[in-house]
Amino acid sequence: MKILVLLKMVPDIVEELEVAADGRSLDLDFLRLIVNESDDHALEEALILKERHGGTVTAVALEAPDVDDVLFTALAKGADRAVKIEGGGDNLSTRRAAGVLAGTLPGAGDLLPADLILTGCQAIDDLDGFLAPALAQALGLPYVGLVGRVAPQDGKALVAKEFAGGVLGEYEVSLPAVIGVQGAEKPPRYVPVAKVRAAMKSAEIETVAAAPGPEVPSFDIEEMLKPQPADRAEMIEGDPEAVAARICEILSERGLL
Amino acid sequence: MADNVLVMAETWRGGISDATFELLALGRELADGFGGKLEVFLAGDGVSGLVGELGAADSVYLAEAPALAEPEAGGRSRLVAEVIETSGPRCVLVALTNVSWDLAGLLPARIGAPLVNFCRNVAVAGDEIEATCVLYGGKMEATVKVSAAPVVFGVLPGARSADAGRSAGSPEVKDLAVDGAQAAVAFLRYVEPEAGDVDITQQDTLVSVGRGLQGAANVDLAEELAGLLGGAVCGSRPAIDQGWLPLSRQVGKSGVTVKPRLYFALGISGAPEHLEGMRDSELIIAINTDPDAPIFNAAHFGSTEDLLEVVPALIERAAEVKGG
Repeated sequence: MKILVLLKMVPDIVEELEVAADGRSLDLDFLRLIVNESDDHALEEALILKERHGGTVTAVALEAPDVDDVLFTALAKGADRAVKIEGGGDNLSTRRAAGVLAGTLPGAGDLLPADLILTGCQAIDDLDGFLAPALAQALGLPYVGLVGRVAPQDGKALVAKEFAGGVLGEYEVSLPAVIGVQGAEKPPRYVPVAKVRAAMKSAEIETVAAAPGPEVPSFDIEEMLKPQPADRAEMIEGDPEAVAARICEILSERGLL
Repeated sequence: MADNVLVMAETWRGGISDATFELLALGRELADGFGGKLEVFLAGDGVSGLVGELGAADSVYLAEAPALAEPEAGGRSRLVAEVIETSGPRCVLVALTNVSWDLAGLLPARIGAPLVNFCRNVAVAGDEIEATCVLYGGKMEATVKVSAAPVVFGVLPGARSADAGRSAGSPEVKDLAVDGAQAAVAFLRYVEPEAGDVDITQQDTLVSVGRGLQGAANVDLAEELAGLLGGAVCGSRPAIDQGWLPLSRQVGKSGVTVKPRLYFALGISGAPEHLEGMRDSELIIAINTDPDAPIFNAAHFGSTEDLLEVVPALIERAAEVKGG
């Protein structure tokens, strides 16, 4: 089983986000980038599949700040290869990123054909599309998203797609296929920093030059701003004791305590 | 015909979803704004009897086949692409629910149209369409104007009230021919979740925990508070993914929708996927150290103090009140 995992960098939203001077984009100057959360789950699912069924896992990412750390981390976790696509452009929208991947992957050595291309089912900046279906369409491959479990079976894969209320839908997908992963079977594994450092010394990130992909439709953002709701929460001031006291009052007033 | 609005209806387990009616309410506004018609694409197996519920629409494209019985985006996107080819709508509305998610991604890629994603509002703005999109887990909003046609909008649940789009009627039905092409993706079966010990949809009080709880060990704290208030503990996706709580306690997109009298959100950021599952709670109190956490845009009361200090203090006081 040959598996490609596509990893993407996104802003860490635990940090304070600011709008850039142009009023229509995020100020990236002080932002820390981290791997997209569901991409990390896609990597975990790929590693689980490799452990269970053998094969290889190749982590692929477009060039971005701090992406080397993420690729070395993937190697330290058990990926066999890490590939960085260079020269595709900066801050690509999701549809453009899908276009670059669709243009580059088929001619990039032996990356394709792969049995499975796994990536996260969404990212917090997916304003103009989702990566997995856009790439699947461009490569002419079947696609299922919001998947939580993948099990290969006779040239096909059984995938479990999440529905509301914890219901799973089992689908049979012809391979090769592109799968959008929502959550792996287990939380993404932790890897000690020492192991990542060791990977940095012993392993290498392969680089591939981006090739242009199909034209993708685009639109401009007119304005970006922090949400300004009319009825934001009334903030309770004071130390934890004072906050607890006020909450008790609120609950008592409403007969909830 | 170019100013028509096409809504992707969704059915799941025999019925038309609320998300469909929300889209119909929004679609009606857009169609009226453009002076066009509101059309619906409805696919399934034995769903013609549901057409009468789509009275908000002027017409319904109906595709029926056994292969369309359950949600699958490949077959649907092929059929919708044909409809769009012949009818040339101005825009297409797809709900960002688990049922329609794949279609929202695949359809625009198939027809080469833009997708404007994560919309909490879509409106006619002169000759253009303006959308407000929720990005970065709810921490930013982008305003987008599009003049291209067709354009697909991925609409977040709750953009309109479902009741506003619910009306009986008899829209014109246009039957679509469905070929029997071998599908690359085939539905097999549903797997029901293991029944939980507690049905969180039936609780008056919920103490909900997220990533900010920091560890499984602190679930006890939430349990203690819930016990005092006569409720149960639930959580957002990260709390379930980390194994702190069973799947039966998940609130939000892949979990359940709850409407308790009191919803405590402890260490929950408030991403759109979570908010859709709890925003109609009667009273929401949120504790999160991040003053920009979107949960404060949905909560009635909030605090940015450390929940690991507030909750013990609250337990102590609540115990006193109850004891006294």
